[in-house]
Amino acid sequence: MNHIALLMENQPGALSRVIGLFSQRGYNIDSLSVAPTQDETLSRLTMTIGEEGADINQILKQLYKLVDVVMVQNLSEADALTLELAIIKLNKAKTEVGSLLKNYEFEREILDEKDNFTVFKVLGDTKEIEKLLSELKKEEFLEVTRSGTLGMTKGNESLATNDQTKISYD
Amino acid sequence: MAKIMTSGGEALIRALADENVDIIFGYPGGAALHIYDAIYQQDRVQHILVRHEQAATHAADGFARATGKPGVCLVTSGPGATNAITGIATAYMDSIPLVVISGQVPNHLIGTDAFQETDMMGISRPIVKHSFLVQKPEEIPVIIKKAFHIATSGRPGPVVIDVPKNLTDPNEKFEYKYPSDLYLRSFALYDEAENSEVKQAVKLLTEAERPVIYAGGGAVNSNAAEEIYEFGKLMGCPVTNTLMGLGVYPASDEQFVGMLGMHGTYEANMVMHEADLIMAIGARFDDRITNNPNKFGLKAKKIHIDSDPSSIDKIIDVDVAMTGNAKKVISQINKELKSVNFDNKKFDPWMKKAMQWRAKHGLNHNMLDQKNPGDIILPQQVVQSAYKATDGKAFVTSDVGQHQMFAAQYYHFNEPRKWINSGGLGTMGFGLPAAMGVKFAFPDETVACITGEGSIQMCIQELSTCGQYGLPIKIINLNNRALGMVKQWQDMQYGGRYSSISYEDSLPDFIKLAESYGHVGMKVEKLSELEAAMEECFALKDKLVFLDVYVDPDEHVYPMLKAGGDMSEMFLSKTEKTFE
Repeated sequence: MNHIALLMENQPGALSRVIGLFSQRGYNIDSLSVAPTQDETLSRLTMTIGEEGADINQILKQLYKLVDVVMVQNLSEADALTLELAIIKLNKAKTEVGSLLKNYEFEREILDEKDNFTVFKVLGDTKEIEKLLSELKKEEFLEVTRSGTLGMTKGNESLATNDQTKISYD
Repeated sequence: MAKIMTSGGEALIRALADENVDIIFGYPGGAALHIYDAIYQQDRVQHILVRHEQAATHAADGFARATGKPGVCLVTSGPGATNAITGIATAYMDSIPLVVISGQVPNHLIGTDAFQETDMMGISRPIVKHSFLVQKPEEIPVIIKKAFHIATSGRPGPVVIDVPKNLTDPNEKFEYKYPSDLYLRSFALYDEAENSEVKQAVKLLTEAERPVIYAGGGAVNSNAAEEIYEFGKLMGCPVTNTLMGLGVYPASDEQFVGMLGMHGTYEANMVMHEADLIMAIGARFDDRITNNPNKFGLKAKKIHIDSDPSSIDKIIDVDVAMTGNAKKVISQINKELKSVNFDNKKFDPWMKKAMQWRAKHGLNHNMLDQKNPGDIILPQQVVQSAYKATDGKAFVTSDVGQHQMFAAQYYHFNEPRKWINSGGLGTMGFGLPAAMGVKFAFPDETVACITGEGSIQMCIQELSTCGQYGLPIKIINLNNRALGMVKQWQDMQYGGRYSSISYEDSLPDFIKLAESYGHVGMKVEKLSELEAAMEECFALKDKLVFLDVYVDPDEHVYPMLKAGGDMSEMFLSKTEKTFE
């Protein structure tokens, strides 16, 4: 599993170029999360590509070639933090949910509940979340929504943008 | 200086002129009418009216390939835009700089399924280097500037600018300023290679025993012919060009072993197979070159120069990767080669081996002299005859199929940008409109379109454009009364079951057709009449001549690589092959 962090121009059409590249080149995206950054002209994406044998370097080069893409980084090759949020709705009382989750380390919070259902969030490692979801399959499962993996490198370095490249004409 | 006030439409055309564009190819329609009105009111940019938007893109493409300058076309929304798609994809696959301006329905109608609305940004997305949807008329000059920069720099490619009609409104004026600088965030361009890479490459080159230089379209795009010739002479080893690279190394040079790949020469493919060092310059190891990539160049180390890092290690892993401009990188290598102690005489036996392969199974260049029973014309002979009549100096465009391969094999290009064909996408219908673009760029040069009766009918309407603008193109139609390349594959792989390749009874009378557009038509059916007809065709300087040559309908293109094999596994004729 590879997590890719990407900065791109916050412009209409930019996201479709990134997504389009994957279908065009025959790669699959497992998850994707996107939102503007502190610089509102830039959007940041984290993508997860699970495919075995996918040529990750080729994918990174193709992404970087897109004019709207400002920076790409393979978080899986860096010392990086990754995190995912899932909101789950189960046909179970709060206490039962508590016991289901007791073997997991991630942060959790009940968001809504009644006698016969519970809505809760979990925040943690993507693999842990997937493990939980597969365990929950045998329960009466109503709904799940996931943020997709988010990630950034540890330490004080950032996925910095190059300065604007000035192209002068005589 | 007084302020220049323009509308969006006027700004668009003025910006093109400021970008030194003097000719654009297009077709008007509702969403583009404000722009056409702006064209009418100026004289810096000439508009050429084609008969179909596909032809506009191919003509702009032909212009770009011949000149190295970006080609420009202008189409309307909806069908105008979709008709341009094939031409945009053609340019994209061959890395040709094109700026395609499409009209769009007014902003407030976008998304409503308005008349002649189509999502041009979406439809063209996978086949453009970049695209712009104009959002404010004031940004038109900057977008034009960016579009030309993106289309022409690095690995060139087509750029689409989609312009909603209301943003070109003649009543809404703003101050026109053409930008002198522009800002593109993180727009990476690769120029020279690292010194360490140059040294490493030269080490491999001088240590090799059997090197080959393999140059493609990227070498043409970066105008590297002179540097590659010097490099070839410094190395004294065999040189081969891809279909897209023909002419970048002179075909008449003794080190040139011809085109390589699926229909490459026996000697070029053998050289590639046996080489211990493959030096790829602006070539991308595509499947028509490598045959089975798992069996490609197993004995060779590889050096790859390309302006696009994503082309490197895509199909074939290489030992030295040099991302940069081929012209500059080869200069660096030449300089380094000259500074090291190295005698290229050591490649003489290898060069001799290549010549032995040529002597054994090289292309048959004596066909014109051979007695041909029944006076049947072989298609190769037509190309040879055209070569002779033009002294090898014409611009030659082609369509796609057998005639394209015969032209590539038998018209020996000594200069780059003279051979103009759709290599990557393989677009039938490309040849005639591309020839128009070339002729506009070089009105005093001879421009021939070597085509077939299948391909020419895909854009035949452009005979009308040629009449309107007086373009004396020479159309050499290798008429074998069938879709020849498809037929060849059906012969070789489908037991001769000729599915949907024949239209013998319904072919037009090309002579009458040409004449109906005001051109000259000539028909040749006998070999004994070929040379005189060819001479006459090219002697008619001011006329478009449609030379319809009836050729042997059963001829195949050889050599042909065996599917899934390595580069030494070739069919050499209907009865000979190099493998068991």
